[in-house]
Amino acid sequence: MRRVLLAAVAVSGLSAAAQAQDDFLPAVVFDMGGKFDRSFNEGIYNGVEQFREETGIEYREFEVTNESQREQALRRMARDGADIVIAVGFAQAPALEVVAQEFPDTRFTIIDMVVDLPNVQSVVFQEHEGSFLVGVLAAMASQTGAVGFVGGMDIPLISKFACGYHQGAAYVNPDIGYFENMTGTTPAAWNDPAKGAELAQSQFDRGADVVYAAAGATGLGVLQAAADAGKLAIGVDSNQNYLHPGTVLTSMLKRVDVAAYNAFRSAMDGTWEPGVQVLGLAEDGVGWALDENNESLITDEMKAAVEEARQKIIAGEIEVHDYTVDNSCPL
Amino acid sequence: MSGGDRTQPGPGGGAGPGHAAPAAPAGDAPPAIELRHINKHFGPVHANRDISLSVARGTIHGIIGENGAGKSTLMSILYGFYQADSGEIRVNGQPTPILTPSDAIRAGIGMVHQHFMLVYPFTVLENVVLGTESRPLLRETLAGARAELERLEREYGLEVDPDAVVENLPVGAQQRVEILKALYRGADILILDEPTGVLTPQEADDLFRILAALRDQGKTVILITHKLREIMAITDNVSVMRQGQMVAHRKTSETSRDELAELMVGRKVLLRVEKGEAQLGPVILDVEGLDVVDHLGVRRVKDVSFQVRAGEIVGIAGVSGNGQSELLAALAGMTRPAKGHIRIRGTDVAGHHVDARTMRALKVAHVPEDRQREGLVTSFAANECAILGYHRAPRYNRGLFLDRGRILGATRQLMQDYDVRPPNPFLPAANFSGGNQQKIVVAREITSDPDLLLVGQPTRGVDIGAIEFIHRRLIAMRDAGKAILLVSVELDEIMSLSDRILVMFDGHIVGEVPQDRRDERTIGLMMAGVPLETAEAQAHAAAGAH
Amino acid sequence: MATAEPVRAPAWVRVGLVPLVNLLLAFIVTGLVVLAVGENPFEVLRLLVRGAFGYPEAIGYTLYYTTNFIFTGLAVAVAIHAGLFNIGGEGQAYIGGLGVGLVCLYLDFLPFIVVLPLAIIAAALFGAAWAFIPALLQAKRGSHIVITTIMFNFIAAALMVFLLGKVLIKPGQMSPESRQFADHLFLPKIHEVLEPVGISIGRSPLNLSFIWALVCCVLVYLFIWRTRWGYEFRTVGQNERAAVYGGISPSRVTIWAMVISGALAGFMGINEIMGVNHRLLLNFTAGYGFVGIAVALMGRNHPVGIVLAALLFGALTQGVAEVPFDIPAIDREMQQVIQGLIILFAGALEYMVRPHVERAYVALFRPRRQPVAAE
Repeated sequence: MRRVLLAAVAVSGLSAAAQAQDDFLPAVVFDMGGKFDRSFNEGIYNGVEQFREETGIEYREFEVTNESQREQALRRMARDGADIVIAVGFAQAPALEVVAQEFPDTRFTIIDMVVDLPNVQSVVFQEHEGSFLVGVLAAMASQTGAVGFVGGMDIPLISKFACGYHQGAAYVNPDIGYFENMTGTTPAAWNDPAKGAELAQSQFDRGADVVYAAAGATGLGVLQAAADAGKLAIGVDSNQNYLHPGTVLTSMLKRVDVAAYNAFRSAMDGTWEPGVQVLGLAEDGVGWALDENNESLITDEMKAAVEEARQKIIAGEIEVHDYTVDNSCPL
Repeated sequence: MSGGDRTQPGPGGGAGPGHAAPAAPAGDAPPAIELRHINKHFGPVHANRDISLSVARGTIHGIIGENGAGKSTLMSILYGFYQADSGEIRVNGQPTPILTPSDAIRAGIGMVHQHFMLVYPFTVLENVVLGTESRPLLRETLAGARAELERLEREYGLEVDPDAVVENLPVGAQQRVEILKALYRGADILILDEPTGVLTPQEADDLFRILAALRDQGKTVILITHKLREIMAITDNVSVMRQGQMVAHRKTSETSRDELAELMVGRKVLLRVEKGEAQLGPVILDVEGLDVVDHLGVRRVKDVSFQVRAGEIVGIAGVSGNGQSELLAALAGMTRPAKGHIRIRGTDVAGHHVDARTMRALKVAHVPEDRQREGLVTSFAANECAILGYHRAPRYNRGLFLDRGRILGATRQLMQDYDVRPPNPFLPAANFSGGNQQKIVVAREITSDPDLLLVGQPTRGVDIGAIEFIHRRLIAMRDAGKAILLVSVELDEIMSLSDRILVMFDGHIVGEVPQDRRDERTIGLMMAGVPLETAEAQAHAAAGAH
Repeated sequence: MATAEPVRAPAWVRVGLVPLVNLLLAFIVTGLVVLAVGENPFEVLRLLVRGAFGYPEAIGYTLYYTTNFIFTGLAVAVAIHAGLFNIGGEGQAYIGGLGVGLVCLYLDFLPFIVVLPLAIIAAALFGAAWAFIPALLQAKRGSHIVITTIMFNFIAAALMVFLLGKVLIKPGQMSPESRQFADHLFLPKIHEVLEPVGISIGRSPLNLSFIWALVCCVLVYLFIWRTRWGYEFRTVGQNERAAVYGGISPSRVTIWAMVISGALAGFMGINEIMGVNHRLLLNFTAGYGFVGIAVALMGRNHPVGIVLAALLFGALTQGVAEVPFDIPAIDREMQQVIQGLIILFAGALEYMVRPHVERAYVALFRPRRQPVAAE
């Protein structure tokens, strides 16, 4: 409280000076999906929770509910003396650009976007590479020769997932059938499991038997629909295999939890560094999930094929096109 | 809301005197209703001042007074809509607190409102049982109710088809449904608030027959009205209210129209308008072959032709709903005629894109039939109502803005000239009595200095003092050389004001009533669609038979 | 004669006391909910008030939200005066912002002083255009305006996702946003304006569009109550038959009322796009268009009431957001519950307490039974 009041009357420098004597104070600003979206934000949440459990250090958190709160929340965290603030999601970049300049002594880590400032660490993922691998698995698991994709909103990030996935499926089977649907045009699109289930069902009806969901909480509906229809679904971001064992083929892992954990941990250790971190297959930043829930679905042949593709991508023999480079997909 | 913890001394059902007021001395039954020293304020207005009233069982008791005299307030207190500030209500001799309408219903009081409280898409039977459904399944309730309804209809001559949908019924039948509703709920005492305001003369006569039957069966009827004719025709006793006070009680047989009128208004009243010969000028309105089709595609005005000249009042008589309203709306530019010509001083406006604004520009003013729904915006202040239709006129505007100063000045002038009370230009129109509302409308239209004035039901729901005033204004306008077309269902009004009378029936003009043969019987028959010659013959025959 | 309202309390009871009682009720119920999740309601209230008004920056944020709510509240109110329920403020603001963004993106070679009026005009035109189509459908075809405006919200959202995802997006970028506008086109923030005159207040998104919002309040007041066009709006809104009788075309009023309503909603884009975000982006409307309905309802469709109601909702949006920094249990779901309760009591349930408050007032302060002459 004392610090808050101080900050209210003083300029930003004061709090930074006061912070040296205090304990390590990490903070995280979740984005609009909310920390329990079972997907992207929840991955971050798992990472920071792991940090808390290991170190016993409490962190501060905030879930934004509208555009302008991002800047407000970031500034509030910085002003209250946070040592490191994780900004979750590309949408926080404009706000972070402003706040990071106001608080040059505060460290910020942004996930999914590059902000080029001396006190900002940007962590981006090669989602198209991970999606390529699950595309390979989908095409091999498919008996109908058709796979589907359900995205949240028709925006470049989601197209990046879709495009990588489609490339992976086509790598296995050039004649693969492919369906793609986006859920909606408003933020509700990320939190509409009912519509996700409908879209998945319609893709099943059109002949797909594996559907990949990259749509936040909407994806839960896709997974449910697959379980109900006895078809296969692919989860995203976190490992979602456990949700419906036996019908979740795999999950495209985007290790935001690792990124979040590392950000806190390195900041505490003093090893935190600004700059861009690109996490792809080589860095184990993305990958596919294999555990007891889906091992019966993954044959050795599939395992071998996906491992081979992974190696080739790391070696540069397979070049997976990134949709966001030119806003188009070669397929 | 009130609790249900009070004792309920009034009779509950439709049963007769058996259980009512057993303590009353035999042979001298207590009055059905007795009001003692009722007072009611609305803010600074003392709407009912120390009112006492006794209504004898088995009589028709009229309460007469001008609009705003406090009749409706008094009946609303009796029916539980309002509570009196002080005073006592006795039903059959027992003090009966009536705090809500359900208290009133339990005490055996039923009310038929001026504006019906019916669910129009429902059938008669469904309306009658509405709110009394006693069983979980509607079918069972309806079956029980049907028998009861048929008994009531037989007993009181209230003929209505129980399965007819209410909105398809004529107004008179809808009113009978309201009466049936009250009787079905066990009403012993029936209050009717201005029941004939919406009825044709024939329908009114039917209603009076029903009321007489009810009285003869032992029911008590309270009739609120401002029409002297009805009081004289049907009531046994009459009480007169004026300015919140009860000024007189009379036996109807011992009073006269003139006395009642004087009691109501507080001064001598001229019931007949005096007017001189018409000084005819050029033709102002020339209607030729006019057809009007309503929004449902029904042809409401059929091949109508007539003329109105400067300096005359042409009256259109007819039972309500025979196309007069549609004719008036078309002439005022509110609806577009399907075919035919409307010429204003020779300019044909039919067929062009005409609205009420263009008609006003042609110096045609219009006092609409329904002032509350058309002539005024009841939520607007009087000064805003005073410019409706003329709000674009340069005299009320200054640049981009309305000229408030001049609007208020004009409104004050208008209120003074037409004796609008209270003369407060900021008061919402809804807070004026019907007569004063109508004065605002009439004043607005007359002061616009039109060449042609279309007038629909100028005195509907208007008190006697205001009727007299409005009639005199219309005559003055005519004498100033203006053309006036008057549409009214009040035959008295048509006969006393008009220089010429046209009769409308089923969209047609049946004919013009010759100057020397204006009698109620002839016009009444023409209003029923009988052509002039036949009507005359029948009227003579009937006169001879008597 | 008195028929409609049996009891008449003075106007201030209806306009002032009843909303206050509603607000109090909302706070009481909210307090119970907060208690139910195990937190101290007074502490939450204290944090809320401090978060909304406790320090200059907070006030800046509160007024920034207020700006949005004034625009959308005025939009709803103008339509209601003409008897139309415009639920499309959200979409109209969205498209209005698009207009502002296009001007700023493509006319940035012009100086600020030229771009600003153009941006205001573009906001009005785009917002108005988005309201014009439903208005036309209502006026000419009888399609219900509530339905069509709701649908147009979705169409607006779809259009923006398309434009920002495929057309206006800054190439090579992940997020569906346009490039940032040129620096000189940023609408000055209030704290930036006040700095040169020696007044230092906290940084906040509050910008000059707040002044424009207040100007719009005055303009709306003058238009609705002081011009013949406003008179026609109100006549149609109160009594369409009387309007026809008075030579007023309801369909023309419908169209103009919606156009003006849409333009007012569009002005929200000035605040969000030119004042705060400085780029076109998705979802900057964030439901403010819908809050405008509650604002208009609570403000009784009068500009003064709308400013007060907008301030209340602005303070709520800002204040509630500040609470979880200190009490994490008040998470965003709880925030929505709190805001929802206040909207419910203050807006939707107005008629629940009004008769009781009025009756209580009359019972307590009824004029003595002095012998008053009845006129």
